[in-house]
Amino acid sequence: MISINNLHASVEGKEILRGLNLEVKPGEVHAIMGPNGSGKSTLASVLAGREDYEVTQGTVSFNGKDLLDLSPEDRAREGLFLAFQYPVEIPGVSNINFLKTAINAIREYKGEGPMEAKDFLALVKEKQKLVELDGKLAGRSVNEGFSGGEKKRNEIFQMAMLEPKLAILDETDSGLDIDALRIVANGVNKLRSPERSFIVVTHYQRLLDYIVPDVVHVLWNGRIVKSGPKELALELEEKGYDWIKAEANTVEA
Amino acid sequence: MSTATQAMTLKEQLLEKFETELPSLFGEAALRRSAAQQFEATGFPTRKWEDYKYINPDAVLKKGFGTRIAAFRDITAEDVAELSPVKDAYVFVIINGHFVPDLSFSGELPDGLTVESIADAVVSDPAAKAHYAELADSAADPFIAINTALADSGLFMHIAQDSVIERPVHFLHIATNEVSAFLQPRHLVVAETNAQAILIETFESIGPVRSFTNVLAEVVVADNAKLDHYRLQTENEAGHLLSTVQAHVSANALYNTYTFTTGGAFVRNNLNVEIAGEHAEAHLYGLYLPSGNSVVDNHTLVDHQVPNCMSNELYKGVMYDHSQAVFNGKIYVQRDAQKTNAFQNNKNILLSDDASINTKPQLEIYADDVKCSHGTSTGRMDEEALFYLRTRGIGEDNARKLLVNAFAEEVVNAVPHEELRNYIDTLIARRMGTV
Ligand SMILES: Nc1ncnc2c1ncn2[C@@H]1O[C@H](COP(=O)(O)OP(=O)(O)O)[C@@H](O)[C@H]1O
Ligand SMILES: [Mg+2]
Repeated sequence: MISINNLHASVEGKEILRGLNLEVKPGEVHAIMGPNGSGKSTLASVLAGREDYEVTQGTVSFNGKDLLDLSPEDRAREGLFLAFQYPVEIPGVSNINFLKTAINAIREYKGEGPMEAKDFLALVKEKQKLVELDGKLAGRSVNEGFSGGEKKRNEIFQMAMLEPKLAILDETDSGLDIDALRIVANGVNKLRSPERSFIVVTHYQRLLDYIVPDVVHVLWNGRIVKSGPKELALELEEKGYDWIKAEANTVEA
Repeated sequence: MSTATQAMTLKEQLLEKFETELPSLFGEAALRRSAAQQFEATGFPTRKWEDYKYINPDAVLKKGFGTRIAAFRDITAEDVAELSPVKDAYVFVIINGHFVPDLSFSGELPDGLTVESIADAVVSDPAAKAHYAELADSAADPFIAINTALADSGLFMHIAQDSVIERPVHFLHIATNEVSAFLQPRHLVVAETNAQAILIETFESIGPVRSFTNVLAEVVVADNAKLDHYRLQTENEAGHLLSTVQAHVSANALYNTYTFTTGGAFVRNNLNVEIAGEHAEAHLYGLYLPSGNSVVDNHTLVDHQVPNCMSNELYKGVMYDHSQAVFNGKIYVQRDAQKTNAFQNNKNILLSDDASINTKPQLEIYADDVKCSHGTSTGRMDEEALFYLRTRGIGEDNARKLLVNAFAEEVVNAVPHEELRNYIDTLIARRMGTV
């Protein structure tokens, strides 16, 4: 699905990602954990194509294509989706119009015609149910005046609508109460399939009780410094990150 | 045209024309003479004038505009139909500043509505006689003065007491002279007590010949009357427009103005609203999207003269290319105008490093028990929002258009007339190159 090799990225001249390697196969769920400021959101942003970040070294291959060579929109059209840590409010653009435009842009890229209005509305209804999103929100401006939880559910709703091949969830769980967490996790689980992969960035082990990962990685200081089975998340929850940092420093030294 | 005429300045040409034509012009000669003297004393505004310091009409007028109104390109009934934003409007056509009855609505107007040539009305209609040149003060602005001195055509619209006119009245202005000319249509709109109406003014220019239209409309909104007044300004690169509206709003009356500018090389709007009766209300909406080397300048003045009134103003601008825009919004709250609510907001997006905006709110408040606020903001495209849209597969160009549209919608959505709102949406889309 995606293969990241020796990725280095800087922002404002400061190197944040410092030789990151990651390989995700179709159908797999990878969790990325790590202390604040370790570069998790930077990785997500670089993969999605944010222009503030400069890739200085390394390669990313996405289903055989050079991901770093594509515009953000073409990455999305190729099947990459990023659920933002901080979803953006866009006053004046209705959720529905936004989604219709997005879906049709992706269809056009694939050489398909625009979706029929009634099929689109049926799809909206179905996917809203998936994340228990209030139908009224669809008519409102994108994320405007949404609560924190509604914004996160709206990200998952969009993901469900766009049916990506690889979804990156950047701390979709933070700020959610336990009910909202369950709804979000449930939405993700329903979308799991042998063809679809997930990279789940999280601070907390509790999300991984609901979305059970195949692999857990620890990102620290711009690198993946440890990988392991899902039990690694529990260990991190118990012991914190200091032992990992110590280990990593020893390796580096 | 003699070489002597060519060497004359526009001011000289206009004053010469005044002397020649005065005997044949409608209305009071004394009024015209004093306006001409006023104009002669000042000439056109230059950059040194506070109210014209960001744009320079004098320099614009030096591009060369004459006073000769030649035969115009044939405009057909089909052209008129095509230029009508609303299907069921009563359309009155003004070509090169002159009312053209042959192309205008010729059926029967509903009871209570009169629309006729201003030249006739000023002679025969008591309301026209009473209100003509009552509001527009020649001493206030040279463009008012020269229009008052020389206007020879235009429309009088009258809505009788208690009459509610459902279908809009449309004044369709087309500038399409064969030689570059300075055009001066003049209108008077009177909505009597309890009357209601919708007026749409559109401004088009056709063809490559330069025109400068100095249009003046006086608007009287009597007690408890309601008038929705639209100006859609869509001239081409040869079109120059100075549109003055001088409005008087009486007790319990409601006056709504909507000014949309999507074209023209030079557009200056002077919108002056006197709030003169208690519990009167005025809403001023504006949207401008200049591109190329266009200049759009909106000067508004809301003059609160009496207590318990409300005014609300929202102007938004999207600037492309090398365009330049000015927003100058004055609010006066006079000493007696207690319990005034007056709000003003101007927001702009600059889409190019070479575009510029000068925005200047001016509040002068002489009453102490009032609620007034103003705000301005000027920014760039929201890059975060743009990135967000693109990560959903929406192409960059399209994403930008979505965001510009979203910005503009706040003004467009204030338009209560659905057909007109849709038309304005297509004007904006055309402007952005989406259709
Ligand atoms: N746009 C930016 N400008 C400057 N520094 C940034 C920017 N984005 C991230 N950083 C810095 O990069 C580091 C990693 O940040 P981030 O990727 O957000 O970490 P995480 O998501 O793991 O908490 C931090 O030190 C942060 O301050
Ligand atoms: Mg983060």
